[in-house]
Amino acid sequence: MTAFFQPILVLLWKDILLEVRSKDLVISVGVFGLLVAVIFNFALNVSPQQITSLAPGILWVAYSFAGVLAMNRTFMREREQGGLEGLLLTPVSRDAIFLGKAMASFSFMLLVEVVLLPVFAVLLGFSILSWTLAVTIVLATLGFAVVGTLFSAIAVQTRSRELMLPVLFFPVILPVIIGAVQLTTVAVGGEISVGLNRWLPLLGIFDALFLVICPWVFSVVTEE
Amino acid sequence: MRTIVWASLDTLIAIGGNYRARHVLLVLAGLLMLADLYLMLMVAPTDSVLGQVQRIFYFHVPIAVMSFLAFFVVFLASVVFLVRRSPVWDRLAHASAEVGVVFVTLALITGVIWARPIWNTWWTWEPRLTTTLILWLIYVAYLMIRSYAPSRPQAQIYAAVVGIVGFVDVPIVYYSVIWWRSIHPSPVVGPLAGDGALNSTMFAVLLFSFLTFLVFFTYLVAERMAIMDSEDRLRQVRLSLRRSQGQT
Repeated sequence: MTAFFQPILVLLWKDILLEVRSKDLVISVGVFGLLVAVIFNFALNVSPQQITSLAPGILWVAYSFAGVLAMNRTFMREREQGGLEGLLLTPVSRDAIFLGKAMASFSFMLLVEVVLLPVFAVLLGFSILSWTLAVTIVLATLGFAVVGTLFSAIAVQTRSRELMLPVLFFPVILPVIIGAVQLTTVAVGGEISVGLNRWLPLLGIFDALFLVICPWVFSVVTEE
Repeated sequence: MRTIVWASLDTLIAIGGNYRARHVLLVLAGLLMLADLYLMLMVAPTDSVLGQVQRIFYFHVPIAVMSFLAFFVVFLASVVFLVRRSPVWDRLAHASAEVGVVFVTLALITGVIWARPIWNTWWTWEPRLTTTLILWLIYVAYLMIRSYAPSRPQAQIYAAVVGIVGFVDVPIVYYSVIWWRSIHPSPVVGPLAGDGALNSTMFAVLLFSFLTFLVFFTYLVAERMAIMDSEDRLRQVRLSLRRSQGQT
């Protein structure tokens, strides 16, 4: 068991160390997410009465756009110095490499989201103290990270890297975005007719399904 | 059931490799299409509620169903390709995806044309429509990844991955859109709400349409596979020619 998890933790630690020393990813992605929220505020002219209906949407558009940006970076970094080839040459299973990269993306996105959440709460005026919101963010971010890591491993090899990832990623991740927006609507006090009992399992099933499929598919993608 | 699925895929591949079978299929598809046009425009009775515009139904429903079938074929062929790595399964997936995208585009366009007079709106975010649109986006991405991949072997593998992941995702998209939709009660009748109202002639015409489009679909996929096969062989010939020129 430790033999399987240790490489994952080593990979995660490597990416964290890289990020702590360069700090380029979390800051640029965070600023970008903030910008998305600001632009939405002007585009939609949000008034206090509309907060519960608009804030969840703005929040998740900002998160998912920022997430795509972050995901694009994770494999670009590996590519720059031939790092990916080095990783693949190590005597570690492809599953472990995939999960390590996915966990790194998950941690970065989660960090950015946790930092942005109070800022959004202040700007848009909603309360962040909610277990539903916390669970939603964790489950949705996990789904983002798993699917995003697979697709960025593919997209980074193609000619139009930055473009290919969102084109692949958004149609597949759509159920997660819908579910996250619905759950957040509940969390900030809005009303939806089909409640928690459906959306939370949907996010859970999505995560579980892709946690099984993506490592297998990743090992196929990276064999050369 | 499983054997039927594999037998039909094998037949599809066999037709793709047989010049005469493709020609027979082409003639058959042409004749069926003429007969089908006559049936849907002349024989099928005019719908008492929806009027003449309802006739687009005999085109719209079969072509939509055939596009779902096409993406199912893409999924199966992609799985088999990843396991066996034989190029013929990749060609099947590619051909089926191309035809599927054309069909789903036609289904969306005919759906929009139908929705305008019946629902009084071009588009509504109804679950079936929305899922179809997402399907379109996924399989356009599938074709894009094929042309943007750096090499052919990579293009084949990446496309197979998108073919599998995309198909697994479809039911989740469908249910999430249904639940999302239930917030705002739909102001429209579902496209098949009049299902019970189909009389026996209409039903027979619809069945005939299904048959016609199934044959047409089979022909298109087989022909496309044959063209891809020719392209591959041409590439081989050109490569070996260039190599022999280099030697002299």
